Amino acid sequence: MIQTNKFGLTAAVLSMVLVGCSSAPTDESTDIEDTSVQTGQVDASVIDDSAIEVAIAADTVFYFDYDKALLKPESRAALLEHAASLNSNPRSVRLEGHADERGTREYNMALGERRANAVKEFMVLQGVSAGLIEVISYGEERAASYGSNDSAWSMNRRVELK
Amino acid sequence: MLLLLVLSSSAWSELVIRVTQGNDKPTIVAVSPIALNGIQIKEDIGSIVEADLKRSGLFSAIPRRDMLAFPSTAKDVYYRDWRILGTEYLVVGAMIPVDEGRYQLDFSLLNVTAQKTEFNHRVSGTKSQVRDLAHLISDKIYQEITGIRGAFSTRLAYVTANRENGKYVYRLNVSDADGAREKLMLESPEPIMSPSWAPNGKELAYVSFETGRPAIFRQNLVTASRQQLTNFTGLNGAPSWSPDGKKMALVLSKDGNPEIYMLDLATNRFTRLTRHFAIDTEPTWMPDGKHLLFTSDRGGTPQIYKLNITSKATQRLTFRGNYNARASLAPDGRTLALIHRASSTFHVASFDLVTGRLIELTETRLDESPTVAPNGAMLMYATKQGDRGVLAAVSLDAGVRYVLPAKSGDVREPAWSPFLR
Repeated sequence: MIQTNKFGLTAAVLSMVLVGCSSAPTDESTDIEDTSVQTGQVDASVIDDSAIEVAIAADTVFYFDYDKALLKPESRAALLEHAASLNSNPRSVRLEGHADERGTREYNMALGERRANAVKEFMVLQGVSAGLIEVISYGEERAASYGSNDSAWSMNRRVELK
Repeated sequence: MLLLLVLSSSAWSELVIRVTQGNDKPTIVAVSPIALNGIQIKEDIGSIVEADLKRSGLFSAIPRRDMLAFPSTAKDVYYRDWRILGTEYLVVGAMIPVDEGRYQLDFSLLNVTAQKTEFNHRVSGTKSQVRDLAHLISDKIYQEITGIRGAFSTRLAYVTANRENGKYVYRLNVSDADGAREKLMLESPEPIMSPSWAPNGKELAYVSFETGRPAIFRQNLVTASRQQLTNFTGLNGAPSWSPDGKKMALVLSKDGNPEIYMLDLATNRFTRLTRHFAIDTEPTWMPDGKHLLFTSDRGGTPQIYKLNITSKATQRLTFRGNYNARASLAPDGRTLALIHRASSTFHVASFDLVTGRLIELTETRLDESPTVAPNGAMLMYATKQGDRGVLAAVSLDAGVRYVLPAKSGDVREPAWSPFLR
């Protein structure tokens, strides 16, 4: 839904007309333009934040080293369980990749995607259909732990299976 | 449906100007209070002008309490009164009503040393435009004295993120360059990122996750009309408007990894510009409209590259350090502001495209998102104060710094508008 304010805009434009009568000595004059800012709206109905159930009890968050997108050995066991579960009971899953706050935001978006893709590739190698896996990167936009320190950063470099 | 017509409470508390080094010899200016002739207005125009000039770092101001008189026209000025205070330039002005709801303000810049009027100028507008009038006065004075076009009448776009009742709220805001008159453009429970101004200053492009996935939107500031530009699998990010406003450089990863694309806004046609398995992101246009700068880790670490849009020839520009990213070009077409990692902290640095010289400009850490003012005098960036995201500014010679602290939550991703008039 878009909010426009045509009346307000017209009124502002009309008010821009230069007024020019005075006896004061003036070399030149400047009239102010209307450049008012209006608000846009997010259509909340399209936001789907319904939680997707994860059928098995294995870890669903996988952590990464700084500036790296290599799966850690300790992630393997849980990912194998998830892959086996998806192979016997196919359903759509979402892999959300994240980065810590260090570095630039768009580069971190790319890094988060690289991490999520690393998890996806591992699962595809285990026989899971690539079509069932959606990869979304949130970069550094959705921290799991707040604070600018090593322990918060290590919690934020992650991929979440949903 | 969210209701957004509520006035947003400003993210700023109070602008704290901290000139750490300043100019060695700031010009001493006095702004005599503007005579209002009975007009009731909330704003103190003289104080806004004074704050603008001081924030540039190139001026210091004679405090009002030291002034011996408050002249409002050149003929009322006794130069001797101002010489003894050390004043180099004096600003006087008076506002009068001219019509229903309209006012005009005649002001003069006086050279105290030479005892002469440098110029007289008239601005006019409504009561709601009083701050516009003040910034216009600042622009004229700054340009007359420094020879550099003033950028006080420009705007900032930025993103705020607040945790409210356990949920994140992201907002895209636009304010005056001094942080005043903040206006909400978009509010969402999902991330908003990477605002980029259209070269005419009338539209913004940005990334919004409101559909559950990242997508690039454009939004008109005046009509608020919005249009979704991309809806691809994977990354849809880093929009950057071309200098002629007809194209947009952006990042898509639909091919498997992030690549730079160019969108023709008239035909809606996408052209792929990079072809590499590395991360290619953060495109920004050279003023010629024929080259892009972007960040790539194709050499092993993120560095800035230059791309010829026609030939696709790509050249690495930065070599010092193992992290140089998110270039923002100054209007001289030669100086880049970028994020540079030095011993595990992230600073804003300037990089000279001709000499290859890289200079760290900031002393903060975790710096992000540098954006250069359209007159090239200052740049703004995002940094951290404690655990909070704040905006800060530094001049391109690193001599002047100030911080815009936020009342609550994080403020991030400033984008300085082009000149608006």
